[in-house]
Amino acid sequence: MATLTDPPQESFQLSMLLNDTRYRSYTFQFIALIVLIAIMAYLMSNLFANLRAAGLNISYGFLTDPAGYDINQRLIEYDSQSTHLRAALVGILNTLLVASMACVTATILGVIAGVLRLSKNWLVSKLMAFYVEAFRNVPVFIWILMIGTFVTLSGDAPKAFLGENPSREMFLGGFAFTNRGLYMPAVTAGAGAGIVVLVFLASIVAAFWWRSHVKKTLFKTGKLLPAWVFWPILIVPAILAQLVLGSPLGLIAPDTMANRFNIQGGLLLGKPLIALWLALSVYTGAFIAENVRAGIQAVNRGQTEAAASLGLRPGRIMNLVVLPQALRVIIPPLISQYLNITKNSSLAIAVGYADITATLGGITLNQTGRAIECVLLLMLFYLTISLLISAVMNVYNKSVSLKER
Amino acid sequence: MNKSVVFGALTVAGLAAGAAAAGTLDDVKARGKLNCGVSTGLVGFAAPDASGEWKGFDVAVCRAVAAAVLDDPSAVEFVPTTGKTRFTALASGEIDMLARNTTWTFSRDVDLKFEFVGVNYYDGQGFMIPKELGVSSAKELDGATVCIQTGTTTELNLADFFRANNISYEPVPIETNAEAQQQYLAGACDVYTTDASGLAATRATFENPGDHIVLPEIVSKEPLGPLVRHGDNEWGDIVRWTLNALISAEELGVTSTNVAGLGEKANPETPEINRLLGTEGNLGEMLGLDADWAKRAIAVEGNYGEIFEKNIGESTPIGLARGLNGQWKNGGLLYSPPFR
Ligand SMILES: N[C@@H](CCC(=O)N[C@@H](CS)C(=O)NCC(=O)O)C(=O)O
Repeated sequence: MATLTDPPQESFQLSMLLNDTRYRSYTFQFIALIVLIAIMAYLMSNLFANLRAAGLNISYGFLTDPAGYDINQRLIEYDSQSTHLRAALVGILNTLLVASMACVTATILGVIAGVLRLSKNWLVSKLMAFYVEAFRNVPVFIWILMIGTFVTLSGDAPKAFLGENPSREMFLGGFAFTNRGLYMPAVTAGAGAGIVVLVFLASIVAAFWWRSHVKKTLFKTGKLLPAWVFWPILIVPAILAQLVLGSPLGLIAPDTMANRFNIQGGLLLGKPLIALWLALSVYTGAFIAENVRAGIQAVNRGQTEAAASLGLRPGRIMNLVVLPQALRVIIPPLISQYLNITKNSSLAIAVGYADITATLGGITLNQTGRAIECVLLLMLFYLTISLLISAVMNVYNKSVSLKER
Repeated sequence: MNKSVVFGALTVAGLAAGAAAAGTLDDVKARGKLNCGVSTGLVGFAAPDASGEWKGFDVAVCRAVAAAVLDDPSAVEFVPTTGKTRFTALASGEIDMLARNTTWTFSRDVDLKFEFVGVNYYDGQGFMIPKELGVSSAKELDGATVCIQTGTTTELNLADFFRANNISYEPVPIETNAEAQQQYLAGACDVYTTDASGLAATRATFENPGDHIVLPEIVSKEPLGPLVRHGDNEWGDIVRWTLNALISAEELGVTSTNVAGLGEKANPETPEINRLLGTEGNLGEMLGLDADWAKRAIAVEGNYGEIFEKNIGESTPIGLARGLNGQWKNGGLLYSPPFR
């Protein structure tokens, strides 16, 4: 045993490593660590020996070679002559896109379902209970497939909308739900569009400044300024800018005449994205609903009663008294739900969504045969993203947690 | 948590690079079974029939090798592989050989370190499209949505073809042929592209095959053949010469019906048949097998021509003509090196 090399000290006997509870756990941990390191070393040397025997090596040179394949959903410029690295980047952005969309909708769904599950209305609370139980007890993979199949089977082929005499008209002249996704009008930016956007951003700042100003005045002087001015401040300047500059921001409807196969132009929310996004949202939303419910129930009933006796309406009790306190209980498990969404998004390939696992870990891995390199990169990516999410959420958690004075 | 992730990945990686070593023949003999990678289901090439038995053109190659090596054409464990999983399965030693519509390319041979032992089907990539779309040439496919199997040469050829013709398309990557077929029939894509043989096989299973046409353009060369790992040349030789035996048998007129008779004793007028069937010389011994190895391989489903006719030929629903896959004497490309 490795511990034999330890010189025996005064009043310390070797047998104490096993018999003395002060040392015993260290002994076992030490042994476990050695075993773990040995196994890792064995696997590593095995890996390298086998790679050498097969004439393979570890090299990331392939990342700068042309990828050779096309990707159907890209947030940045990409074609088949772009590098594998760029294909990976396209995948990363797609992962982040669907994960952030799903985090937002899952949170909204979860909060609504969690609050309503505690509703006194029997039907509403039972419906929410049904949602939670049905959705979190079916694997997310099944949900992805199911929603994907549903879109494929329920939408018309884009052909129905095409040509001179389409069998279907676009909804409101700009929306078409097809079995390949949802086509929507896209925003076009003419000259001066930047100014309109800047004006709008400035109005947001101004509107929120107004809101805090109203609050401050109320607390300081007891005078209630008109809070509703928030909305005009927010909207009016941008509309004015848009009108004055001659409507630089426009909408362009999808074009049904340009191509014989597909609707062109506009904005397409592709079927893969829809399926993955909805599936991750409803699935994770069910878990978040439970976290929210637990959080609310953790708030002492006295709080609700006290608020009620102050004359607050139930909606305000929830928003102003209960939820802020419940947040402390909700946030930590919420972090792990966000992590789950990000990691579960790697099931994208089931519906052909081009996330990082599908590009780098799928097609690139396959076409180059660089399995170990790609898998290591994938691990690095998910690890980094997960740690980042945790870090950000922990900062937020600190900001809402009980400040001990 | 980090530790267990790294740990798991290393295990996978370690295993993946595992059994790359030589000695496949001994392994197969010791196991008493040949592990043969095939497709997940492509009627005519490799698919389980109603009773669960694997049937098809690629399956026949596996059975011939099993008969040659193990004297039992049913001693095969068929491992279904997708375009994505097939190479890992072979590299890791999960399968001893791969017979799955796999194109012989430079990088698969040289970079992925595999050994293509020959070509059992000369193919090329084609496009299938519903007749009602009124398309008559692949060059008219601008803007189309195209279903492809991911991890294939198809995916890369497709990008090249559209790029070269300066037209655009939307790829829909899919894992298996079955799923691609379903998506295509549901109208989730306008076009399905894969090897022309695969298109014919897929179309044959449609309810109304006549509603779909295969466009005239063949946009690539896809020599499909069985492959093994680099580095075990003895095993590679066995698979290579089993395939050659099937091809030579057709050329020499050895069939499943006459192989037993021809192999009984040497006929001085047909020395090559004698050497092939082991009644003369010691070719089997050179391979590390016995003298009757080729006789057994041919007896399973017959020579190359018989296998072709039975599984994918003109009398089957798939209805492929011999074309490039005829014997060299008939203007085809099949040309087995001599048995001597
Ligand atoms: N020959 C190409 C394509 C091979 C391929 O994927 N073929 C399809 C259709 S011909 C197939 O065998 N599919 C069966 C399955 O999905 O398992 C390659 O080697 O990359």
